[in-house]
Order: sequence, then structure tokens, then C-alpha cells
Amino acid sequence: MADFQTPEMREYPTVPALKKDATAHLKPFVAAPEHQAALGFPGELLPDWQEKAIEKMGDLLDKYRGLRVFMDACVKCGSCTDKCHYFQGTHDPKNMPVARQDLLRSVYRRYFTFAGKYFPKLVGARDLTREVLDEWYSYFHQCSQCRRCSVFCPYGIDTAEVSMAAREILDSVGYGQKYCNEILAKVHKVGNNLGLPGPALEATLEEFAEEIFDSTGTRVVMPVDKKGVDILLVTPSADFFAEPHIDGLMGYAKVFHEAGVSWTVSTYASEAANFSMFIGSYENLKRAAERIRKAAIDLGVKRIVVGECGHAWRVAYNFWNTTAGVGHGATDEWALQLQKQLDPRYPAPQHICEFTWDLIKEGKLTLDKSQNDDRVITFHDSCNVARGSRMGDKPGGQFDIPRAVIKAVCNNYVDMDPDTIREKTFCCGGGGGLLTDDLMEIRVKGALPRMEALKEVVEDGKVTNLAAICAICKSQFAKVLPYYGMKMDMIMSVHQLVSSAIVLTRPSVEEDAEEEAAE
Amino acid sequence: MSFLTTFYVVLFYLATGLFVLGLARKITQYAKTPAPLKIPTTPAPTTGSGVVLRMAREVVLFESLFKSNKWIWIFGWMFHVGLALVLLRHGRYFIAEPGLLLTSVQPFGIYGGLAMVAGLLALWGRRIVVERIRYITGPSDHLMLALLVGIGISGLGMKFVAHTDIVAVKTFFLGLMYFDPQPLPTDPALLVHLFLVAVLMIVFPISKLLHAPGVFFSPTRNQIDNPRERRHLAPWAASLDK
Repeated sequence: MADFQTPEMREYPTVPALKKDATAHLKPFVAAPEHQAALGFPGELLPDWQEKAIEKMGDLLDKYRGLRVFMDACVKCGSCTDKCHYFQGTHDPKNMPVARQDLLRSVYRRYFTFAGKYFPKLVGARDLTREVLDEWYSYFHQCSQCRRCSVFCPYGIDTAEVSMAAREILDSVGYGQKYCNEILAKVHKVGNNLGLPGPALEATLEEFAEEIFDSTGTRVVMPVDKKGVDILLVTPSADFFAEPHIDGLMGYAKVFHEAGVSWTVSTYASEAANFSMFIGSYENLKRAAERIRKAAIDLGVKRIVVGECGHAWRVAYNFWNTTAGVGHGATDEWALQLQKQLDPRYPAPQHICEFTWDLIKEGKLTLDKSQNDDRVITFHDSCNVARGSRMGDKPGGQFDIPRAVIKAVCNNYVDMDPDTIREKTFCCGGGGGLLTDDLMEIRVKGALPRMEALKEVVEDGKVTNLAAICAICKSQFAKVLPYYGMKMDMIMSVHQLVSSAIVLTRPSVEEDAEEEAAE
Repeated sequence: MSFLTTFYVVLFYLATGLFVLGLARKITQYAKTPAPLKIPTTPAPTTGSGVVLRMAREVVLFESLFKSNKWIWIFGWMFHVGLALVLLRHGRYFIAEPGLLLTSVQPFGIYGGLAMVAGLLALWGRRIVVERIRYITGPSDHLMLALLVGIGISGLGMKFVAHTDIVAVKTFFLGLMYFDPQPLPTDPALLVHLFLVAVLMIVFPISKLLHAPGVFFSPTRNQIDNPRERRHLAPWAASLDK
């Protein structure tokens, strides 16, 4: 099926020898004019794109200190050169983080620095030609913005920020990526990545509630657009249709039931994912986040809980307060409008793992761990959770809390190689807006380091399943595991494990009775 | 005043001017540019004092580099610590009456000079021998190493091979500081040393040496991890709220 070779798994991961231009041929489909227009970008490559691109770069340099410092500070020490999973899987030197940054930095130097203006050859400065623009389009879509390189950079240079800026420039001159922009256009129009309308969402959730009833005999509600409830659940829309995501969603529903809290999803804001981050667009990031704000205000909820999704949790945790006032501690009227409504006893937003872990600690869940005894689990730290967010009140809670939840519901748990987990985790290969079939080659090759670490615990630790808390990771693993000779259904949602172990002790909820109680 | 002395007087005033103004301009630019989003690389400190500690570990111990690659770390750290000791040792040329600290650091300055050059040569070797580092190395990276090694070797040369009149050198620099130029000795090693130092000062604000001020402004390292507790808002971003 594929016209490329799946990389060989190495017994001892080594630094690959360079293969120049090994993946120079890769580029994702270009966005159609209507997808561009929906995000406020020009439909096609502008005639004066070069001038506009340089202007945009100047604009971003003035708006983002990170970009400004990252362009200047690199000393080419080489620390990051062997850290990228795409470099390890492709051997293409332009997939080394510093070389990827240099694609943009060379142009920055040419137009914005003294040395680059007068001594371009000396400092590797380049004119922005069509070849350079195409090279950007190719290699900045071979970065999943996982930030692994930034952990190891002595100045914290974050290639994710650089690739976001590059994509923002490309979008602004009419050279956007189809996958991200088409999806984002759907969120702006319908409220979720799938373009799933309200009635369809309602029917799907009813089906899941029915499924829970069939397997447990307990009626659990999964309400839509219900006003005056405690919690608004914002989850990636993949949780509504994809495997193993939906099993996770049923897990959340069971946990909410046992917690005795009322909750709802919103049809207006039925998406936790926010691909605006991938394309570095602040305006679109804010626009998508404001849907959550509006839904929370309209429904009058006191808490906002986010489902299992990696980049969405980074956006929710780090950016929702900034862009939409979803959080605490604001002093301005606009943000306080929502913040006065949110219950200050709980973090806002709260991750579903934090929610579940709090209940487990308080002994409020009845768990039968033996239900997962046929499995040995390992946990994949998703990049955006690991290196771009936190859970709980201590640094590193984003590693400890999901593991604590898993260990509370499973008897058999094994970690992968310490160099491939926690802050050093390897990307699944499909993050950052790369989860599209037109980029299958880079997705498969980029998965190599994670697959190697997984294979090791499968062989030595008898691991049967890989658990994750990211919709993209789950979809990506389901797709790439078979390329590496492993089964696609190895990948599970963390709340799928919770769902298996949780014993429903509270009585069935009758929809009508519940409505009365709420009134 | 001889031509040579005049040349070096002008050169050092010029170099100092460009160094100070250039650096002030960049630091102002970094300080004024907002960081609109919270992007600390996590796990990150949740308090201001935690950030100060993280930054101190980064700047003094090169923590991230240590996690990454022990070879680059040991050579890079040797060079930087060596350089710091050398700079301290050189304080005696600018302070009329050296205190206890300055006097006691003198011998360490010599070890520092040796470590500095050794570290630089090792880093340079990696640029040539290690394929992936050779790939990312440009002409300016070699020139920068040549410049620093040149400064180190000419400096060590004056210690171990051909001494210069350091009392006269001190008089020269104190003279510069008090705008009362004094003659400079004409030993070749000294002239080379001082010329290269002036070049280094001139290129500092327009080269990768900006990593020195830059690291303090890096949002992935200097931000506090508290986005749920505090609303973080840049001025340009605030204008988008409605």
C-alpha cells in the first residue's frame, strides 16, 4: 500500500548518518481557497507573496518575544541535533531541529540583521525565493511541534514556536495546509472538527448511554446543551466516533455518574481540539476558544472539564485563560464575566484525569482492578501534555496523575525506557497537524523511536496495551502500529481502563427525575 | 602619542561604544517585545523564586545541555567557566587597587585560560568530526571559534612565552577609563590579543553571542507555570477582547 519503507527497528538507538533531502519530496495538500477564507487568510498564493511574507515575519518578531530570541540565540551547539523523532526516522538533516529552525532563521538574518544584510554568505543568510518558500512548506509540515528539542536546548529554543510562525507566514500569503485549515473552518462554522451537527451528536451520546446500560444495567445520562449543570465537558470530537476514543468517553460518563455531579456537553462548543495552535494563529486560537467561553456562560456551568486530548489540554491549560478568560485570577471585566461564575474551589479548566484522580484519592470510586487483569499496560506521555502543560498542583503532575489513575485501575503496569517517557517522551509521529493520510510517510517514519521503546517493553515486560490521553496519539497509533508489526487495538484510552474497572454503585438516573431536580 | 597607541585608543572607545549601545538596543528590544502566550517548557516552576532557580541552574550549570549531551556540556562548560575566571583575573587591569577577591582569583584565572582554550578546541573538533554538527556549522561559527581561540592563545602566550609590560597595560586601560590616554606597549602578542578582543566586542551585539542576554528572555525558561491561576495578557492581545 505504501510507496515507502518502514524504518527498521534498531536494537540500540543510535544517531543516524545523514541522508540529504531524504524527505524533501513530502508536502501535504494545499488548502482550498474557501478554507483559507474561513480563517481570514488569502485564498491563493499572493502575487506579492515575498514582500508580504517578510512583512509578516517582521510583524511576528514584534509580537512574539520567543520568536525574536529564538532567531538570535542559537549558537549551533548541536545539542538538539539528534533529538527529533522525524530526524531519527528519516535521516534527513533538515529534520534536525536546528536545521529546521535555520530554514526560517536564514531568511530572518537576510532581512532583519546587520550581518545577514551585508555578509549573507558568512552567516548563512538567504533570500526568500520560491524554492525557500516551498522548502518551508515541506519541512515545517514535518514538525509535530512536540517540543522535545526545547527540553534539551540550553536557551530553551522551541522549534514548535518557529514552525508555528512559519506556518502563520505561509497562511498569510495564501499557502496554507488543507488538513488544519479545513478542520478549523468546520470548528468556526459548526463547533467541532468533524462538522458534526447538534442532533447527530445527541443521537450518538444516547447510543453510548444505551451501551453503558446494556453492559452495566445502570442508566447513566450523557446530556447535551443542558443548562444549569455543574460541569461543561469539552472533549475532542474524536471521542464521539473513533476507536478507542469512545471507550474513554464512556469512562468519563461513568466517573461523572459515580461522582454524583451533573454535566453536559455543548453542541456549540463540541470540540476541545484547537488546531489554531498548530498554525500559530492567535486570532483563530482566540476565536475557537471563545466558543468554549460562550457555551460556559450560556449554560451557566460552574466547572469546565477537558477530555483526553494532548494539544487541546495545552491550549486549555495554558491559553484559555489568556484568550477567552476561562480560568481564574483575572482583573478585567471581560474575563471576570465568566470567572465570577466558575467555582473557585476547582481549577479551571480541569483535566478529566485530575477529576478522576481527586475522586480516587477521596475514595469515592469503587474500582475492581481485576477487570483489567488480562492486560499489562504502559503509558505514552503525549507531548503537549508532557512538555506544554501540567496537572495537579505540582510540576510533573502531568506525568504522575495519569499513571496514578492507571495504577488505581490496573494491577499490571510497566513504564517504557526512561529516556522515552515523561519530559523526554517521543511524539507518536502524528501531532501538530500531521495526522492526515497525505503525510503517511512522515507519520510512519516519525513513529520509529516510540515504536522501538514500545517493542522493548512488549518483549521484556509482556506489555499488551499502550494507554494514552490524546486523541491524535490514539488515532496515529491505531494507524502506525501495524507498520511495525504490532496490533492496532493495542492502543487504549486511559478512561477506557477506568471504564472497565469502575463499579457503578449509584442508582440509575432517570432523565425526567434529573431534570426536575435541576429545576 | 604614537600611531599605535592612538589606533588602540580609538579602537577601544569605538568597540566599547558599539558593544554597549548594540547590546542595550537588543536588550531593550527583547524586554519590550511581549510574550503573548504562556509557553514554559514543562515541568516548570510554579513560583517566581522557582523560575529564578531554574534560570540560575540553566546559566551556571547548563542544566538542559547536561540532560542532552555530556560531551558538548563538558566542553562548553569548561570554556564558559574558564572564560569567567579569565575575565575576573583581568579585573586587575581596570581597578587601581585590587581587593582580596581579585588578588586571590589570579592563579585560578590561569587555569581558567587553559580550560577555556581546551574547551574551545574540543568544541571546534566536534564541528569538524561529528557529521551532524558539521552540517549545521557555517563559516561564521568557525570564525567565532577562531576569534576566541586567538584571544585565548595570545593571552596565554603572554603568560607562558613572552611577557609584556603589564604595569604599562594597566596604565593604558586606566588611562582610557579616565579619558587620559597613556602609551600602550608594542609587543605583538599584546597587540593581537587586544585587537581580537575589540573585534569580539564589536561583533557581540550582531552575532550569535546574543545567546548571553537572550537566554534570560527565553519564555520557555523564564515563565512561571500558573496560567490557570493568573490571566496572562499581552497589550496587543488585550485589545482583541471584546
